[in-house]
Formats: sequence, structure tokens, C-alpha cells
Amino acid sequence: MAALLGRSCRKLGFLSSGHGARRSVSTETGKSLNLYSAINQALHIALDSDPRSFVFGEDVGFGGVFRCTTGLAERFGKNRVFNTPLCEQGIVGFGIGLAAMGNRAIVEIQFADYIYPAFDQIVNEAAKFRYRSGNQFNCGGLTIRAPYGAVGHGGHYHSQSPEAFFCHVPGIKVVIPRSPREAKGLLLSCIRDPNPVVFFEPKWLYRQAVEEVPEHDYMIPLSEAEVIREGNDITLVGWGAQLTIMEQACLEAEKEGISCELIDLKTLLPWDKETVEASVKKTGRLLISHEAPITGGFGAEISATILERCFLKLEAPVSRICGLDTPFPLVFEPFYMPTKNKILDAIKTTVNY
Amino acid sequence: MAISRLSSRSNTFLKPAITALHSPIRRHVSTDTSPITIETAVPFTSHLCESPSRSVETSSEEILAFFRDMARMRRMEIAADSLYKAKLIRGFCHLYDGQEALAVGMEAAITKKDAIITSYRDHCTFIGRGGKLVDAFSELMGRKTGCSHGKGGSMHFYKKDASFYGGHGIVGAQIPLGCGLAFAQKYKKDEAVTFVLYGDGAANQGQLFEALNIAALWDLPAILVCENNHYGMGTATWRSAKSPAYFKRGDYVPGLKVDGMDALAVKQACKFAKEHALKNGPIILEMDTYRYHGHSMSDPGSTYRTRDEISGVRQVRDPIERVRKLLLSHDIATEKELKDMEKEIRKEVDDAVAQAKESPVPDSSELFTNMYVKDCGVESFGADRKDLKVTLP
Repeated sequence: MAALLGRSCRKLGFLSSGHGARRSVSTETGKSLNLYSAINQALHIALDSDPRSFVFGEDVGFGGVFRCTTGLAERFGKNRVFNTPLCEQGIVGFGIGLAAMGNRAIVEIQFADYIYPAFDQIVNEAAKFRYRSGNQFNCGGLTIRAPYGAVGHGGHYHSQSPEAFFCHVPGIKVVIPRSPREAKGLLLSCIRDPNPVVFFEPKWLYRQAVEEVPEHDYMIPLSEAEVIREGNDITLVGWGAQLTIMEQACLEAEKEGISCELIDLKTLLPWDKETVEASVKKTGRLLISHEAPITGGFGAEISATILERCFLKLEAPVSRICGLDTPFPLVFEPFYMPTKNKILDAIKTTVNY
Repeated sequence: MAISRLSSRSNTFLKPAITALHSPIRRHVSTDTSPITIETAVPFTSHLCESPSRSVETSSEEILAFFRDMARMRRMEIAADSLYKAKLIRGFCHLYDGQEALAVGMEAAITKKDAIITSYRDHCTFIGRGGKLVDAFSELMGRKTGCSHGKGGSMHFYKKDASFYGGHGIVGAQIPLGCGLAFAQKYKKDEAVTFVLYGDGAANQGQLFEALNIAALWDLPAILVCENNHYGMGTATWRSAKSPAYFKRGDYVPGLKVDGMDALAVKQACKFAKEHALKNGPIILEMDTYRYHGHSMSDPGSTYRTRDEISGVRQVRDPIERVRKLLLSHDIATEKELKDMEKEIRKEVDDAVAQAKESPVPDSSELFTNMYVKDCGVESFGADRKDLKVTLP
């Protein structure tokens, strides 16, 4: 229950993406859209701009269980937008084959929790295809989209964050958007990127996050992190839905005189080390937060790399506020989640180290 | 409707008149165990094996028990529907109403030593295995007294003492698991079998075919039951399967197609399958059934099928109505007696719900229990390893 109340703060509309010279779309206006509509727009544009692109997965024909694929089958036909039977391994393998023939295969896995039967295909086939064929073949046209993350009552199999498993596979890219505007630009970049990409969409934000999204075709570059809030005392790094929680913690910390710098990683593999390094060299402190369990989570990789690069500049140990080391629980979700208060607590501890 | 042929023995008291309602010498709501033979409405279709006979041996007591158990299951699912809408049950809730005949028919043919494993539509299977209503409702509401101590929820009911292995979220994953159970049974020479239930959606998972091959290769006593309710979530079988004849998809594994809305046909098929599996190895049973609710409580169930279709099935094939007609036409009970029974069951379910509502939520320390076995000394860390740190019990 508490998780619901905590999360309801998101209903206040998405907190605006801050200053930063990199993003030219930041000041553009557009239509007010939620996350699933933004993704839907991106898919419409992708299919429109490339006649050799396909969207398929379980139940995508009628629009999908989260409505991300609404209208695609009607507009582009059942030969390009179609349903598959219930077989994730088959779906991804099929997508790899389609991509190997030079097409853009945009595969939907209904929930990230169901991606594991396809894990072998992604790790052993997709990630290594170009490498082992000496660049004769590749499946760069493959993009796998999956909703991930907690939703308040999802339980064991509708709430998982499996990004860490995929970040361990050289040969693919892992991208996670934080908002509707970001999602559209990032998804178009992923689809057009000449490498296989796994795109995790924070399902909590499908309806909750609303933002102005430009209507035209635009792409946001991959492997570029963004400083969405500037500060001097501590650097916070996160991705996806967790950023809203972190932003709330930053606001509260500001009331206590702590100036926080918040970075959206966007692309987890390969991640933008330079931006994070520059930030930590400025602030001297780092806090990473993600929903996935703490042990072996992607925060560990960020922590180790930053330690290597910024050891002498660090004023305090790197802090990780993450999910607990348990299966994603049912009734215990509020205890499991890395909440605003846990993050705020850690910010204060780190600053006062 | 079943054409009945009453065995002569059981009717020495009554005159052949069916108007026993008016006769002064009335039978009580029957607990007669003398055999009755009833013919199933729909014949069996078989693949690579003989069909069992359409004449099912049963008794008044058994048919009455079918009625009672199915009415109880139906009532439970409807109560779960209201509880979900009242937000007392959270998460995902997949209801089984319409498919009750499968659960009761199967139980009638097997013992508690035979194992059952299914996916997430498991409330009625749990009750069939002897689970208590209050345990089911507690688990649905995430309370400590639930059958999985409140940690599993709707999709994860288990009952070890009745060999009910649950309750699985990922469809198809329970199939190789079930074949493993069958292997253990064969190894221990238990003379028991495993019923592995899966749906028409899961029938397209690669794991099924891997498991079938292994089961057939090693002659495992595994009975794979495809609960074909014609829709995998919102996708009709003709859209997802090249061959919707699921009982034939085992290729080299024999199969049987059964009217899953007829509890007696289900009983006959399961009995036949058990004998087959113990002697010859795996067999597939395709149960032709139907669910009235949508895939889950988030699915209205009417966007991919018409309301006419749903009400049509309810009128013509409803398993409880079928058994009610049997009971009435064979004079085993009167309408009033059956209605009284349903009233009692309703009260039973309401009492169980009330009792479950009173039970406490599990303690927060339960978040960390049952991950590993004792004495691993593994620590579970919370945020930043400072405040929340527990050594797993």
C-alpha cells in the first residue's frame, strides 16, 4: 500500500527535464502524451520511414496489453505487424533471422519477466552473430522491447528488472528511457542503430508519466548520459522510473541544504562513463539507485568503474540504494523498493561521511 | 445431456415412475454407492490409442459429490471476483469458473499420491486436492494463514500433503517440471502418476515438446493435460496454432480428446490415462473446456469473444447444470434439496471469506525467509548495507 502512496506522486505529471546543452528537443513543444502513446508514435514513424521494418510479438495486433502497438496493424497491414504464438525463444530467434536478412525486426516481449526463455537467443545468437561471422552477417536490425519494473502489485512475475543480466553481454546494447519524450527519441535511435538493442520500458510510467512530445521524427543519441539536475554536493545516477523517486529525494535534500546532481544514464550498455566521471570529479560523492536487487545489479559496475577513475576525488564510499536481495515480493513490495526516504537517508549519510 | 441407463439394483424401492416427487416413499438426498452407469454425451476421439468406453461407472454419491464440489468452486471464484473488485485481493487473479468439471472429474479418478501440477489458474485445483476455502481466501488476500503463508498469492497455491505442486507463473515452465515428478514416481515404484496441466496458449512453448520427447523416451508416467479453453489470453486457438488438435501434437505420444465440461467424461479419461501411463508411458489429454471470466480480472473477456458465445456455453454446456439435470432425472435429489445445498455452500464460502479477512498479514521479517535453507549464513542487504541487513535464517 505504501508503495502506491509513494508512487502516486508521479501522477503530478512528469517533472521537467532540466537544463543541459546537449538536448535540442528539450525546449520544443509538442502534444501532451503519456509513455505508451509516445512509444506508439515512435513505432508508427519507424514503420513509416522504413518499409522493411516489422513489429511482432504476443498480442501486438490489437494494440498490445499496454497499447503500445495501437493502430499499427491497421495502418501497415498484417504482413508487417502480426501476433506470434506464446513462445519467447521462438519469437526472438525468428527476429534474429529476419534481421540477418537486412530487415528491422522490432520484437515485443510482453513482460520483461518472460524474457528468460529467449535469453539464450539474445546472448548466444544475437550478441555474437557479427563477431563470429567476421562481419559477414549481423542482426543489427533487431530491437527487443519489453516492459519492466515494479507497478505496485505486480508480484514475482510482473515486476522484475532484468537489465543487469543483459549488461553483461558484449555485443548488444541496453537502453532504458525515463519519460515519454525520451522514450520516443531513444526508441527511434535503437531501431535505427546498427546493433541489436534491448529496450526496457518502465511499465509504471505507461499511463502515469505525461509530457510534451514533439510530433516529428527525432532521435536521441545512445550512449550519452544526461545531467537532468545540476548540483555540487553529490552525484546521483539512475535510469527509468527510478529517476522520479530520486528527483523527489533531491528536492527534499535541497531543503536541507544539500545540492544534488542527478544523471540519467539512458544507455546502460555501453554506458557514458565520461559524463558520470566528470560529475563525480566535481562533487566527490556518488549514489546509484535501481529497482533490481543490489547484489550484482548494474550499480556495482558503475561503482567499480568510478572508483577506478575517481578514487582520489571521492569523499565517501559509493552508495547503492537498490532493491533487496530477495525475489520480487508480493505483499512486501513497499519494503523491497528503494524508496525516496531510503535514498534521502543515504544522501545525508554520504554527505556527512 | 446424458442418456442414462439405471442399473436395476439401485431401484428396488421406487416404482419406475419418474414422478417420485409426489410419491410418499421418497429417497433421501442420496448417499447410495451402488453403481450407476451413465453414457457421456460426446464420444472420445483418440490418437494412437484406443478410446475408453463412453459408459462411465459412477454412483449417486459420487454425482452428488460432483455437484457439491463444483458448486463450492464456482461460489469461491465468484467470491474472489468480488474481493478483487473490492481491492482486497491485489495483483493478478485468474478465475476458473466454467472449468470446474476438470478439477472434480480428475480427483474422482485418482488418489492423493498422484501428483498434479498446473500453471496460475489454480484455485479450484487446490480445492479439489482437499484445500480448505479459508486457506485459499487467505492466500488470495496475502495473509499469514494462506496456503503459501501469504507469500505466493493467487498464482502460487501449493499443497504438499496432497501432492499438489502448484501454482506457476511462467506458462509452460511447469511441464518439464511435471515430467521430473513423474520420473521420481517411477523410480520410487510408487504406482502413482503425475498430471501436468497447461493451456492452449502454453501448448506452443518449446518446453512442452522437449518434455514430451523425454517422457516418451523414458516411459514416464506423465499425463499431459491440455486445458483447451479456446483462448490464450485474448488469442483464439485458430490464430495461434497451426494444428489446434492439441491431443495429436504429441506425434508419437498417444492422445485423447475429451469433453471437459462433462465431469464424468473427465473422470473416465483420467482413469484411462492413469492406467495407460503406468503401463505404457506418457499420454496427452485434451480437455475441451471454457472459462466464463476473462483471462484474469484485468480482462473483461468480451473484446475477443462475443457475449452471446459466453452465454451460449453457459446455457448448453455448463458443468454444474449438467450434473444438476442428471441428479434430477435420476431422482437422486430434488430441486429444493439442491437449492438448499447451494445455499449452505454459499454460507460456507461467506464464512471462509469472513474468517480469512480477519487473519493477519505476514510479519515483515518473512520477506527474507525461505530463500535458502538454514545455516547458509548468507546476508541479505537492504539499502546501502547499513540499516537493513539480515542474515538469512
